[in-house]
Amino acid sequence: MAIKKDVKLSWWDKLYLPAVIKGMFITISHFFKTLFTPPSKRYTIEYPDRRKEDIPEWYRGLHRLNTYEDGTLKCVACFCCATACPADAIYIEPEDLEDFDKEHPKEKAPKVFQIDLHRCIYCGFCEEACPKDAIQLTNHYEIVHTSREAGVFGIEELVKTKSEGGE
Amino acid sequence: MMESLLNPQTFMVFKVVVVFISVLTLVALATWAERRGAAFIQDRVGPNRVAFFGKIRIFGLGQPLADGLKLFFKEDLFPLHVDRVLYVIAPIISFIPATMTFAAIPFGKPFVKDGVQYYLSILPPDTNIGILYIFALAGMGVYGIIVGGWASNNKWSMLGAMRASAQVISYELAMTLAVVGVVLSAGSLRLDKIIEAQSGMWNVVPQFLGAIVFFVSMFAETNRLPFDFAEGESEIIGYHTEYMSMKFSMFFLAEYANMVTASGLFVVLYLGGWHFPYLDKTVAGSIIAFVIKLLVVLWSFIWIRWTLPRFRYDQLMRLGWKIMLPLSLINLVIVALFYAYGG
Repeated sequence: MAIKKDVKLSWWDKLYLPAVIKGMFITISHFFKTLFTPPSKRYTIEYPDRRKEDIPEWYRGLHRLNTYEDGTLKCVACFCCATACPADAIYIEPEDLEDFDKEHPKEKAPKVFQIDLHRCIYCGFCEEACPKDAIQLTNHYEIVHTSREAGVFGIEELVKTKSEGGE
Repeated sequence: MMESLLNPQTFMVFKVVVVFISVLTLVALATWAERRGAAFIQDRVGPNRVAFFGKIRIFGLGQPLADGLKLFFKEDLFPLHVDRVLYVIAPIISFIPATMTFAAIPFGKPFVKDGVQYYLSILPPDTNIGILYIFALAGMGVYGIIVGGWASNNKWSMLGAMRASAQVISYELAMTLAVVGVVLSAGSLRLDKIIEAQSGMWNVVPQFLGAIVFFVSMFAETNRLPFDFAEGESEIIGYHTEYMSMKFSMFFLAEYANMVTASGLFVVLYLGGWHFPYLDKTVAGSIIAFVIKLLVVLWSFIWIRWTLPRFRYDQLMRLGWKIMLPLSLINLVIVALFYAYGG
């Protein structure tokens, strides 16, 4: 059933034209506002020409495998990230180590650590699951590949990931 | 050399070619202005990335060209259920009158060279029926929509076409009655006489009411928002749902060509045609004045489209029959009384 609304319009409102003209002034003011805003200051960032520079630190982009200062991986191949991963994107092959005399002694380390970036949903669960703070999602957001194979990142690539805007 | 080239025959051919090309160019520009203008009104950027030779962008002016190419090379299917003959004819019926209408519109000051009078309109103005010609052809345009809706053999297309026909019939009355006021004040159906009668004051001032009625009806006649019931873009399905590629773009071009013609007609009837202080001393100046006025009215089409929401169908009919028609009658009565007793 249609509800009949009891709206009383004044004589001026019933002309409609003043309201239309008012609306037209609003739209044209937006038109000129956009027209005279230089492209660098508009809301739209025209991507390949301009890049968004102030990506926040917490943005979940490309992963990085953190290392100690001497370059050894923090990862101990505990499989926490691979278990937590809802998209099953992480593949780890561990190897046994006996390097207890080193600065950062580890029992295990990944021989192969692959993230399939096509499967990854960038949820950040791996980061939260990691006990050693070894995997981290950076705010690097340009993740482009030309083949499915190129989307599988190994240790060498993941170690090199840089954040945007320099931490 | 110029003198031998400038004779009525070559001038005629020149006029036809130039007018046809410039109307179609204006159509392309209008589609570009529509998209860019809409974007700017909504604080967006709009299509600006189409570049010639991969380098020269010029504000995305290549967009209409790219769109045209895309539509031209698109696969042209026949849906199995359509009426093939009508399906092909409908876009043609829609497109040809849309481009023909501009022929009667005088777009510049007539001039005399070597004792021969040259008129800047394709149809010679002494065909006494300029304005009737335009209305007759504009009335043809709706057949394209109806036939298209019928040939599609799709109930929603058919309903869209029905809406369009009902709308055009309702608004044509008000529009024509508004124009009768102009014809009364000029005392002629010839468009050049109507322009001549406005050399002192543009019709928009004394016949303000008629101008408003004509302006609103113009939107309804060209099926533009806020009256685009025939098409109805996303919410209500329009008459060209079953059309694709070039046949669709014919409808599309027809809509924009109709906009150009309607703008031209509004300029001629109410904004004094090519008259403009100081500018209409020369022929070139008069053409410039006409084009500028036409572009302003054309822009208002786009401007209003992105300002007003679509009416509901019963609101449209109420506006047409209960408000626009009486208003145009009042305008007519005022003008008639003025010329019977006052003028």
